[in-house]
Amino acid sequence: MITFMNNSDSEEEPCNERTSLMSAESPPVPSYQDGLQASEAGEVQAHRKRRAGSSRSPNNIAGGEMPGSGVPVRESAPENEEEELTLKYGAKHVIMLFVPVTLCMIVVVATIKSVRFYTEKNGQLIYTPFSEDTPSVGQRLLNSVLNTIIMISVIIVMTVFLVLLYKYRCYKFIHGWLILSSLMLLFLFTYIYLGEVLKTYNVAMDYPTLFLVIWNFGAVGMICIHWKGPLQLQQAYLIMISALMALVFIKYLPEWSAWVILGAISIYDLMAVLCPKGPLRMLVETAQERNEPIFPALIYSSAMMWTVGMAKPDTAARGSSQQTWDTAEDGRERHRSPSHADSQMSETRSPVPTRPITSLEELEEEERGVKLGLGDFIFYSVLVGKAAATASGDWNTTLACFVAILIGLCLTLLLLAVFKKALPALPISITFGLIFYFSTDNLVRPFMDTLASHQLYI
Amino acid sequence: MTLAVFFGCTFIAFGPAFGLFLFTIARDPLRIIILIAGAFFWLVSLLLSSLIWFIAVKASDPRDERLQKGLLIFGVMFSVLLQEAFRFLYYKLLRKAIEGLVALSEDGCSPISIQQMAYVAGVGFGLMSGAFSMINLLADALGPGTVGIHGDSQLYFLTSAFMTMVLIFLHTFWGILFFHGCEHRRWWEIAAVVVMHLTVSGSSFCNPLYVGSLVPSYMLMAAAAAWAYLLSGGSAQNLRRFLLCLRSGASPQPGS
Repeated sequence: MITFMNNSDSEEEPCNERTSLMSAESPPVPSYQDGLQASEAGEVQAHRKRRAGSSRSPNNIAGGEMPGSGVPVRESAPENEEEELTLKYGAKHVIMLFVPVTLCMIVVVATIKSVRFYTEKNGQLIYTPFSEDTPSVGQRLLNSVLNTIIMISVIIVMTVFLVLLYKYRCYKFIHGWLILSSLMLLFLFTYIYLGEVLKTYNVAMDYPTLFLVIWNFGAVGMICIHWKGPLQLQQAYLIMISALMALVFIKYLPEWSAWVILGAISIYDLMAVLCPKGPLRMLVETAQERNEPIFPALIYSSAMMWTVGMAKPDTAARGSSQQTWDTAEDGRERHRSPSHADSQMSETRSPVPTRPITSLEELEEEERGVKLGLGDFIFYSVLVGKAAATASGDWNTTLACFVAILIGLCLTLLLLAVFKKALPALPISITFGLIFYFSTDNLVRPFMDTLASHQLYI
Repeated sequence: MTLAVFFGCTFIAFGPAFGLFLFTIARDPLRIIILIAGAFFWLVSLLLSSLIWFIAVKASDPRDERLQKGLLIFGVMFSVLLQEAFRFLYYKLLRKAIEGLVALSEDGCSPISIQQMAYVAGVGFGLMSGAFSMINLLADALGPGTVGIHGDSQLYFLTSAFMTMVLIFLHTFWGILFFHGCEHRRWWEIAAVVVMHLTVSGSSFCNPLYVGSLVPSYMLMAAAAAWAYLLSGGSAQNLRRFLLCLRSGASPQPGS
């Protein structure tokens, strides 16, 4: 893993007239390369890695990570042009995030609505030890608040632990941890999920077939996530593991605790990313000091950068393209790893290694992608899944939460483009989601039910 | 019931809208965002109107049938007015957005015009309105049961689907009309949209006498469609050319 990270240094910024035609900037991979100037075009990109010696505005440098956020645009000379391009690219990047978030939510909601297992109460995680089976409302509220405090403390402790590990360069430990987490997600949780789905639809499967299926799924997943693989397969796997993780949370978090935890985690996110002493911010700054990519926790990337033919040896190009895929994501287990904090960081994939260019005439479109932390996927899906599971069988609530989350994401990206500094993506979406969940469930549902029973239309 | 009814009603209600989405909106990211924002605005208007209705109901005597019915009528009308108010707010927001896009663009024109935004906003409103009316019904249609076994109309699902479809179309056309009225300061167009919306919602009080609600709604939809078409630059000539596959400005030629 470490070698992959170092390989990135061999990255070269392709300079060619095509790049300059497409956008004013040809941003290099900031952390991978030193002394590369990125002239920015109005691409919405969050460069979380600092460009060595670049005259970038401090916001991008400092703020590289925001939970699930797109990327701020860099300011550069032709600002108007850039800003228009910003919006143009901005809209595209927003959609590039909408699609995976929607897919993840669809998977979670479909599972919740069809597989009974994930809505049955079967105990709780050790992180939420207090039971909510108490008769009085006050006691239940107290228990859920205590559960939240414990959960958030666990998360804070793990994040701080991660930051310390990173600070003291214990990369092997971190990578080992991540691999273990993704192993558990890809094999154990998938096995349980598949088992429950088969039970629901009453499909018989023998153990050899099951073994074959799970083994292939898991092995390919490990390779895609931790090493190399086609981008779309990687994205699909990340969506799958986010959905699995969200399902685990939906099953094992008691009702009231889940809502309080969602609220608390968006506040935590806000503080961790924006406060000067926040763990996430410290992580970012440490990575920038070292001019390294912030170690690849679960990050979903929507595209990779291709460049047009340049005089670059194929091996180097290949190395970098490996890097691209490699740094994309590491499997990680949410409730075990502190990198949950990282998962909330989103960054754009700045000049990522290029594909191996075989001929100079090969013209490929330069595309920059947006990165979104998997933690954001997970918590968005937890919100929508909980809405689907507990909202009295009502689809309107689920739909309302879904739209609210998408709008929150959109607003976050907009704020990003406006303020040009790292912003956490959870708070706005989760706030909207919570508001719409409670109001739709309690206010809109009776109204719509009454209208439907009289067949009235508004 | 079950699958046949489910798919039938889904496609009746959402088929045209889905086609509109696929062919005109799905390609452009900016339009998708405007669509979702439109849906969001409709949702907020629904939320506020439900809040008012809920407060009114809680403050009143639940056993008084006439009062509850009156409150329901009030709720529906208030909701309609609030939806139009939010359409106006959305217009204001999109105006600002266009000014921003124009200011930022190189050649002084925005990548999307206010008319296109009006159309997309209308579709957004319509889709959300249709979804909220129809989705629970569709979910129930998937399960077992008999429609109208207690003496209600047996055509409940079918008429709901048709009503939803006409509402989605109506919202689309109202969006175009409304924005056009706001753009050119023609308040009577805006008033016409509000009156049409109130009429359609009011006609649904005739249900289950479906001829009293569906027929006027479809007629209004045809009228709104023609009006929106004319406002968007269409004309009888354009239509004829389109139907005969003529090239614009050229003499009639076979094919295109």
